[in-house]
Amino acid sequence: MESDRLFFLFDRLEQSYIGEAIRNSIWMFPVIEAVHLIGLAILGGSILVGDLRLLGLLLSSKPIQYVIRQTTFMLKLGLIVLVSTGIPLFLSEAIKCYYSRAFWIKMSALMLGLIFLFFIRNPICLSAEEDSRKFKIIGSISISLWAIVAGSGRWIGFS
Amino acid sequence: MLEIAIWLSETEWSIALLESLYLYPWIESAHVLSICFFIGTLIFVDLRLMGVVFNKLPISEMNTRVLPWSIFGFGLMTITGLLLFYAIPVRSYQNIFFRFKIFLILLAGLNAFLFHRQMSLEGKKWDEGQNIPKTVHLKAAASLILWSGVIVSGRMIAYNWFDCDRQPQPEWVNWAAGCVMELSLTGGFDGI
Repeated sequence: MESDRLFFLFDRLEQSYIGEAIRNSIWMFPVIEAVHLIGLAILGGSILVGDLRLLGLLLSSKPIQYVIRQTTFMLKLGLIVLVSTGIPLFLSEAIKCYYSRAFWIKMSALMLGLIFLFFIRNPICLSAEEDSRKFKIIGSISISLWAIVAGSGRWIGFS
Repeated sequence: MLEIAIWLSETEWSIALLESLYLYPWIESAHVLSICFFIGTLIFVDLRLMGVVFNKLPISEMNTRVLPWSIFGFGLMTITGLLLFYAIPVRSYQNIFFRFKIFLILLAGLNAFLFHRQMSLEGKKWDEGQNIPKTVHLKAAASLILWSGVIVSGRMIAYNWFDCDRQPQPEWVNWAAGCVMELSLTGGFDGI
């Protein structure tokens, strides 16, 4: 019953004006997809610079707080680009996403990634004093979650 | 060049790669995810040059601490990219987006060369607090624009709108893609 309702919702989303417009155009999906990839570069780079610092692999002589602060703006910009292009991409093929395991893995990892980022990683990294082991664990979790988001995202296209 | 591509497409490993169920998608995924390492970290190097982020860090430190990760990412992209080309050589060689992408990569390479030459001449003064010249800002902006163009045109390679085996095309398209009509009308050598 629940999944029937969910399917109905996804069906309605697929029939939405935006979804329809993207499906009826040859170039809209590719162009939005390409901008989505630029968003990936921005977000992925911001996450990486922060996480590699937490792992002690980049700018390790500089304070963690400084590196996190300097990457937060681009991180949010990347998120905005990704979400605002990701939603129309989803609308254009909502039913395909409904049946795609990769899509559900991506959405789950995305939720975990966002919660971890804004409620655990950033608050701890911006307040705590140096404790390299703790930061290494946070960095590894963060990098793994976002790798799953990006990797399963690519896989939606193969399924 | 076309002969080389045709020869490549007929080698055993090229066919195996193209027909592989999982290897090709995995290499392609690695190629896409490497964007984060390469262009993602390069964005910060370029934004530092433009004075947007990490302004407390000397430019030389940005180049010795962050740029190596961009170069690592570039290495990943090159290896996976060459493999992807090896799997589909003829169709890629005759794809206008692929050709445009290579053209943009060459421009970005030239831009990087010019920047590094300028930095080796004047970089010390930038670290000592002298204002970063406008020409450096321009090169950093050019880097961001060119690499974004590489991402976009790379993504478009997947689409066959202008492929040689889809005729008729405008004359300039066939010219830009290097289509050889007799060959291409027989259906392409990559089996697509």
